[in-house]
Amino acid sequence: MAGGQELKLLGLWESPFVVRSGIALNLKRLGYEFLEEVPGTKSELLLKSNPVYKKMPVLIHNGKPICESMIIVQYIDKVWAAAGPSILPSDPHDRAIARFWAVYIDDKWFPSLLKIVRAKADDEEEKAEAAEQVIAGLQLLEEAFEKCSKGKDFFGGQTVGYIDIALGCYLGWLKAAEKMAGIKLLDKEKIPLLVGWAERFCSADAVKEVMPEADKLVEFAKLLRGTQNVAAPN
Amino acid sequence: MATAAEKEGVVLLDFWVSPFGQRCRIALAEKGVEYEYKEENLSDKSPLLLKMNPIHKKIPVLIHHGKPICESLVIVQYIDEVWSNNPLLPSDPYERAKARFWADFVDKKVSECGTRLWKLKGEAHEEARKDMIEILKLLEGELGDKKYFGGEIFGFVDVALAPFTAWFYTYETCGKFSIEKECPKLTAWAKRCKERETVSKSVHHPHKVYEYVGKLKKKYGVE
Repeated sequence: MAGGQELKLLGLWESPFVVRSGIALNLKRLGYEFLEEVPGTKSELLLKSNPVYKKMPVLIHNGKPICESMIIVQYIDKVWAAAGPSILPSDPHDRAIARFWAVYIDDKWFPSLLKIVRAKADDEEEKAEAAEQVIAGLQLLEEAFEKCSKGKDFFGGQTVGYIDIALGCYLGWLKAAEKMAGIKLLDKEKIPLLVGWAERFCSADAVKEVMPEADKLVEFAKLLRGTQNVAAPN
Repeated sequence: MATAAEKEGVVLLDFWVSPFGQRCRIALAEKGVEYEYKEENLSDKSPLLLKMNPIHKKIPVLIHHGKPICESLVIVQYIDEVWSNNPLLPSDPYERAKARFWADFVDKKVSECGTRLWKLKGEAHEEARKDMIEILKLLEGELGDKKYFGGEIFGFVDVALAPFTAWFYTYETCGKFSIEKECPKLTAWAKRCKERETVSKSVHHPHKVYEYVGKLKKKYGVE
C-alpha cells in the first residue's frame, strides 16, 4: 500500500481508460486493490462512486472517488509528486500542449478507432473509411511526437508522460483494430517515429503488466458487439 | 512606450458570443491581465487563427509571447498557472479533481444539449429538453448551498459555466421550461455571477444571445 493509504481501482483492463489509471499508479510505484467489474454489468460500488456517468475507471483513495481517466492521472501525479517522475511537464506552455493533445486524442481521434472496432464484420467500406481517419490522426500525432519528444524516447521526454499515457493506452485496441479491419494502422512507412515509440511504450515497466493483448481484445469485442460497453472516453 | 497589453504579450482570438471565448476573457479579467482582443469573422478566418490553431481552426486561441494555447479549459488552466494571483483551481488535489470533473461535465453536456434544444424538433426536441433539465439539476446538486461552485471563491467551475448563464434565456424559451423553477439555487448563482464585473464585462445580454440563435436557426432552416 502507498504509505498506509487505501487505493482501489474499479474497472476492466479491456478499457483503455482503466489502463491509463494503471499506468499512472505504476509510474508512482503505488500498490492498489483492483476491483474488477463484470462486463455488461455495473457494480453497486461503481454506481455509487460515479453516479453522474456510471462509468469506469474510478479511483477510490481513502474512500473518496475520483472519476475521468485523465483527471485521475493528474490527481495521482499531484498527490504522489515525490514518488516518481512528473507525468505532466513542468513548463505551463508544455502542460497546455500536453492537455491539448489529450483532448484531441479522446474527442477527435478515438471515435474513428471506435468505428473500426464497432463496424460489422462485413462492412469493409466503414472500416476503410475509419482507418483512413485513424491514420490521418496518427500522422498529426507523429508531428506532435517529434516536437514534444525532442529526440528522446517518449512524448514526455526521457520518461512516460501525459500524452504517452493519453495515446498509449489505446495501443492494445489499435492492434486489435488492425486485425479486425485487416488494415495496417501502425505503419512504419507512414509513422516511423510513433511505431518506435509504441514499441518502447509497451515495453515500459509501468505499462507491460496492464496493457491487454490484441488477440484477447478481438475476442472481447466479439463479446460486446452491438452493446454500448466499449465506452466513450471517460 | 509599450501598453500594458503589449507588455503582457497576451492576445486572445475570439468570437463575441462564444461562451468558450468568454471563459478566457473572464479568467484573464479575474487575474487582472491586460490583453489584446481580436474578434474573428468565423466565415472568413484570419491567417493568424489558421496558423495558431491549424488542427481545429477554432476560437478561442490564447497567444502568449507568440505561442498559441487552444481549447478553452486548457487556456483557463494555463492562465491559472502562469498568473498565480486569485487561484481558480483549489490547492487540495481532491478538490482540484472535483473541479476538473465538473468543468469537464459542463464541457461535455451543456453546449451540445443546448444546440439540440434550438435545432431539433419533435421527439428529439423533447429529449433535449429532458436532458437539459437533468444537466442543470446535476449542476444545482453540485452547487448546493455554496455561494459559488468554488465555495467562497469564484473558481474554475464557475468560470467554465458562467458564460452559459447568458444562454439560459434561450434554453428556457426554446425548451419551454423555467430554469428558476427547476433550479432555484443555480438561478441565484447565475445572478451572483452577473454581479461580478469580470463576468458582466465578458458576457452578453441574454436577449443578444437569443437574437444570435434566431439568426442561426434561419441559417440552418429551423423553424
